[in-house]
Amino acid sequence: MDALDRKLLRDFRRLWAQALVIALVLACGVAILLTTFGMYGALEETRATYYERNRFADIFADARRAPASLLPVIRGIDGVRSAEARVVEAAILDIPGRTATATGRIVSLPRGGAPELNLPVLVAGRLPDPEAADEIAVNAPFAAANGFRPGDRLSANLNGRKRALTITGTLLSPEFIYTIGPGALVPDSAGFGILWMPERAVAAAFDMEGAFNNVTLKLDPSATQADVIDRLDVLLEPYGGFGAQGRDLQQSHAFVDAEMQQLRSTAMVLPPIFFAITAFLVNMVIGRIIALERSEIGLLKAIGYFDAEICIHYLLLAVLIAAVGTGLGWAVGTWLSRALAGLYAEFFDFPFLIYRASFAAYAISGLLAVASAALGALHSALKAARMPPAVAMTPPAPPRYRSSLFDRALAAMRVSQPVLMIFRGLLRWPLRSALSALGMALAVAVLVAAGFFTDALDTIVDKAFYQSNRQDAVLSFTEEVPEAALEAVANLPGVLRVEGQLFHVAVLRNGPHEKRVPLEGRYPGADLSRVVDEAGRRVDAPPGGILLARRLARQLDVRPGEMIEVAFLSGRRETQRLRVSGTIRQYFGLGAYMDAGFLNALNRQAPRISAANVTLDSAALPDFHGALKDIPALSGITMMDDVRGSFQETIRKNVTIMTTIYITIAVLITVGVAYNGARIQLSERARELASLRILGFTRGEVSFVLMGESMLLALIAQPFGWMIGAGIAALMTSGFTSDLYAIPLVLEPAAFARASLIVLVAALVSSLIVRRRLDRLDLVAVMKSRE
Amino acid sequence: MSIRVPRGYSWRMEGRMPERVFRTEGLTKVYDTGGVQVHALAGVDLELFAGELAVLLGPSGSGKSTLLNILGGLDHASDGRVWFRDLELTGLGDRGLTRFRRDHVGFVFQFYNLVASLSARENVQLVTDVSRDPMRPEEALEQVGLAHRMDHFPAEMSGGEQQRVAIARAIAKRPEVLLCDEPTGALDSKTGVQVLDVLREVNERLGTSTVVITHNAAIRKMAHRVVYFQDGRIKRVEVNETRLAPAEISW
Repeated sequence: MDALDRKLLRDFRRLWAQALVIALVLACGVAILLTTFGMYGALEETRATYYERNRFADIFADARRAPASLLPVIRGIDGVRSAEARVVEAAILDIPGRTATATGRIVSLPRGGAPELNLPVLVAGRLPDPEAADEIAVNAPFAAANGFRPGDRLSANLNGRKRALTITGTLLSPEFIYTIGPGALVPDSAGFGILWMPERAVAAAFDMEGAFNNVTLKLDPSATQADVIDRLDVLLEPYGGFGAQGRDLQQSHAFVDAEMQQLRSTAMVLPPIFFAITAFLVNMVIGRIIALERSEIGLLKAIGYFDAEICIHYLLLAVLIAAVGTGLGWAVGTWLSRALAGLYAEFFDFPFLIYRASFAAYAISGLLAVASAALGALHSALKAARMPPAVAMTPPAPPRYRSSLFDRALAAMRVSQPVLMIFRGLLRWPLRSALSALGMALAVAVLVAAGFFTDALDTIVDKAFYQSNRQDAVLSFTEEVPEAALEAVANLPGVLRVEGQLFHVAVLRNGPHEKRVPLEGRYPGADLSRVVDEAGRRVDAPPGGILLARRLARQLDVRPGEMIEVAFLSGRRETQRLRVSGTIRQYFGLGAYMDAGFLNALNRQAPRISAANVTLDSAALPDFHGALKDIPALSGITMMDDVRGSFQETIRKNVTIMTTIYITIAVLITVGVAYNGARIQLSERARELASLRILGFTRGEVSFVLMGESMLLALIAQPFGWMIGAGIAALMTSGFTSDLYAIPLVLEPAAFARASLIVLVAALVSSLIVRRRLDRLDLVAVMKSRE
Repeated sequence: MSIRVPRGYSWRMEGRMPERVFRTEGLTKVYDTGGVQVHALAGVDLELFAGELAVLLGPSGSGKSTLLNILGGLDHASDGRVWFRDLELTGLGDRGLTRFRRDHVGFVFQFYNLVASLSARENVQLVTDVSRDPMRPEEALEQVGLAHRMDHFPAEMSGGEQQRVAIARAIAKRPEVLLCDEPTGALDSKTGVQVLDVLREVNERLGTSTVVITHNAAIRKMAHRVVYFQDGRIKRVEVNETRLAPAEISW
C-alpha cells in the first residue's frame, strides 16, 4: 500500500468521531432515498406488470340497468379494444362466528368463466362453476381475515333473499389492490369482501337478466381516453349512467397512486437536504484538515507529488466518509424497505411484489452520496492542490479581524471578553456560521413539520368523527326508501335514535369546470351527521340552494351567491341551475349539500331517504346485528366506532413511526452540525483557549467561549427553523390535498416548543461532548505546537 | 548497500572544470505584501557545482530561503533565469516544476515536516512511491543510522532523529541535489552536529550536490564553498581550503 494511502486511512481513523457523525447524516439521506426511490420503483414495476398481465381496464362506468345489446355498441366506440359488461351489487353478509355484519360487493363472472378484463388471480381453490347458483370466490384478504377456506360457507342477503353460498376459491384482482368498504377510511379485510359470482346466479338474484350495470373498457394505446368517456356517457345516459371514469378515479388505483406520489415526493424532498448538509459538513471538516496539514501539503509538493494527486488524496478522505455513510445507509435502507414492504403487504394486495429496492436504487443512492461528499471536499481539496508549495511551507497568516460597526455596538454594551470572542468568532466565518445555523434550522423545521402533521390529524379526527359524525352506525339502503322506513329502523333492537339522510349523484358544472360528486340531502335539525363550520357550529343547507365544500367550490371556481348547473345522475336525472348558498371547510371528500325537502321537491317525490344514521345501546349490539342480517333492503352497514377505531389506530401507528423517524433525523442533523462545528472551533481555537486557561480562566469560563458559539448558533437557528417548518407544513397542506381528503394547517405553539427543545438539547449534548476534550487539553503541548 | 556513482564530475576531481548543477542569472524575487514591495532577491548570479557542499550564510530575511525555494522549484522568480544543468527552470510551469522536484531534488526543512500519521519507514516511502529509481526505504534509513527506529512515529522520536528521517526521505530517491533549509535550526548543538555529519556522509559517499542554508556561521566551516548573503544579494563567495568535520564544529 502506498504511504499516502496509509496516511489517508490513519487520518480517517483519527477523525472517526467526526467522520461517523457525518456518515450518519449521509446514511439518513441514502436510507431514505433507497427506501422511497426503491419502493417507488418496486411498486410501479409490480403494478405495471400486474395490470399488464391481468388486463386491468382503462375505463370504468356504472349505470342503473343497461341492456346487454348495448355492449356491442360500446365495443364499437372508436379506440375501444375490448369491453366487458358485469353486474356489480352490494350485499350484507352473515359470517359464521362474527357478531357484526359484514358487507360485500358482488361482482359477476362472465358465462365463459374467467373474465376478459380485470382478470383475477386464483390464490386457492377454483373459480365457481358458471352454472352453479350458490358458488362464489372471494378476495384472498377477506378469506384470510375470516379464516375461510375453499369449501367454507357464508350467508348473504342478496336483494332481500338470504342465501347460503359456498366458497370455491380465493382470488386477487388488479381492481382490488387496495380495498376499502363503503363509508370506511382504512381497509377492513374482515368486514368488507369482494364476492365473485357467476353471472347467471347474480342476474337471477338481482333481476338483471339480459342487462348489466357496470362496464369496463380497455383502450387502444392510440385512443384518447376523454373522447371514449364522452361517447360512453352518451351511450349509458338513457340507462341511468353514473358517469364513466378513468383509472385515475378508480379507488384502488388512486390509493396506490397516492402512496407512490408520497414516496416520490419524499424521495425528492428529504434526501437532498441530507446530501446538502453532508456536503457542508465535509466541506467544514476537510477545510479544517487542510488548514492543519498545510505544511504536510507543502512537503508533498516539495517531494514532487502532483497537484492532482494531492487533490485526490483529500477527495478520497471524503469518499471514505461517503463509503461508511453509504454502507450504513444501505443497511438501514434495506431494513426500512423491508419494513415498508411489510406495511404494504398489510394494505396492498398484490399476488407478487418485488419487495426490495432495485440494484439501480442502491447504485444511485451510493453515487449521490459519494458525489455530495466529494463535492463538499472539492473546494478545499482544490485549494490544497493549487496552493503554491513555497506558500504552503510557511505558516498561515493570522485570521484578519477588523473592527466593525458591530464591534463598536458590542463595546458600547460593555460585554465581557469571552462574549466578544464568541461574537467575533461567528462573524469571522459568516458563511460557515450562517450554514451551521441553517442546518440546525432545518432540523427544527423537520420537527415542526412532523409535529404539525400529528396536530393536523388530531384536528381532522376531532372534526370528522366527533363533531360531524356522531352516529354509531350508518345503514345504507339499496334503493331510496320512503321516510317512513325510519320507523322500522327505530324499532330495531338497541336503536336509541334515528335520522334519515338522502344521497344523490350529480355532476356539478360551472363553465368549463365540472365534477361528479355525491350530493347529500340533509333534513333540517339533523344532529347525528352534521355539517360543521370552522368554529364548530352546525350549518344547515338552506332550501333553494346548494352548500359546497370549499375545495369543491375552488375546483369549480364558484363563489357563494353564484349559480351552478347541477345535472342529477340519479332520481329523475334532470338538470337544475342552483345558487351556491355558501362554502364550508371540510377535510374528507368533496361534499355538496342540499336541504332534503328541497331536493325531494326538485325530484317531485315524497320525502325519501337512502341511509339512516342511528345511535345504539351498546348492550344490545348483538341483537341489533342479528336483526340487520335479515333486513332485505339494506346494502351496507357502517359501524362508526370501527371506522374511528381503525382510522385512529392506523394513524397512531403511522404517527409513532413517523415521529420516531423525524426525531432521529433532526437529532442526527443537529449532532452532525453542532458536534463538527464545535470540534472545528476547538481545533482552531485550541491555542487561544489554552492561553485563556494559562491566564487564569477556569475550565468553565473557557468552555463558555467554546459552547457559547455553538449554542448561540443553535438559538439563532430556532426562529428560522420555525418559519421554514411552517412553510413546509403549508406546502404539505396543499401538496397532500386531493379529492379524497384535505389536511388543515394546524400550528400549535407546543409543536414549535417541542421542536426547539429537541434540537437545543441535541446541540447542547454535542457541545458538551466536545467540551470534555477541551477539559483534557494539554496546555503545554498546545502552546508548543506549531500551527 | 549500493551506492550509485554520481552523474557528472565530482567537485573533488582536481584539475578538471567542475560541472555546473545550478546557474542563476539576475535572479529577482519581489513580494507584494499589502502594497509594499519587498525585494527578497535583488539580482542574484550564482553557480553551484556537482558534488559540492555549499553553505549559504546570511541573517534571517536576507533572501536565502527564497533562493533555495526557487532553485528547488518550489517558487517562481519574478525576474531573471535559473538553469538546472541544461533545463531552464524559469521556463517551466507548475507541472514541469513538480516533475523536476520529483526526479532531481531532495529537501530537508528546519521543522522536519514529517507526516505525523506515518512511521519513519512510511515517511520515506512517501518519496520512494513516486520516484523512478529509489533506494529501499530501509536502506535510506540505514544510511542515516536509524535502522532500529524504522517503525516509530514522529511523535516517538527526538528532534535529531526526526531530522535524520527527513534526510533519509530526501536521499531515498537518489537526488542529484539536496537542498537543506536551516536543517539544524530547531536542534541543540550536539544533535545539530550529528545531523550535519549525516549530510556530510551523504555528500561524500553518494556525491550528492548539497546546499545548506543557515544563519549559523559556525556551519560554514564544513563547506567546500560559502556564499554570503545580505539584503537579497550575494555579498561574497569563499572557498574553504581546509574543511572541518562536523564533529569539530560547535556553537
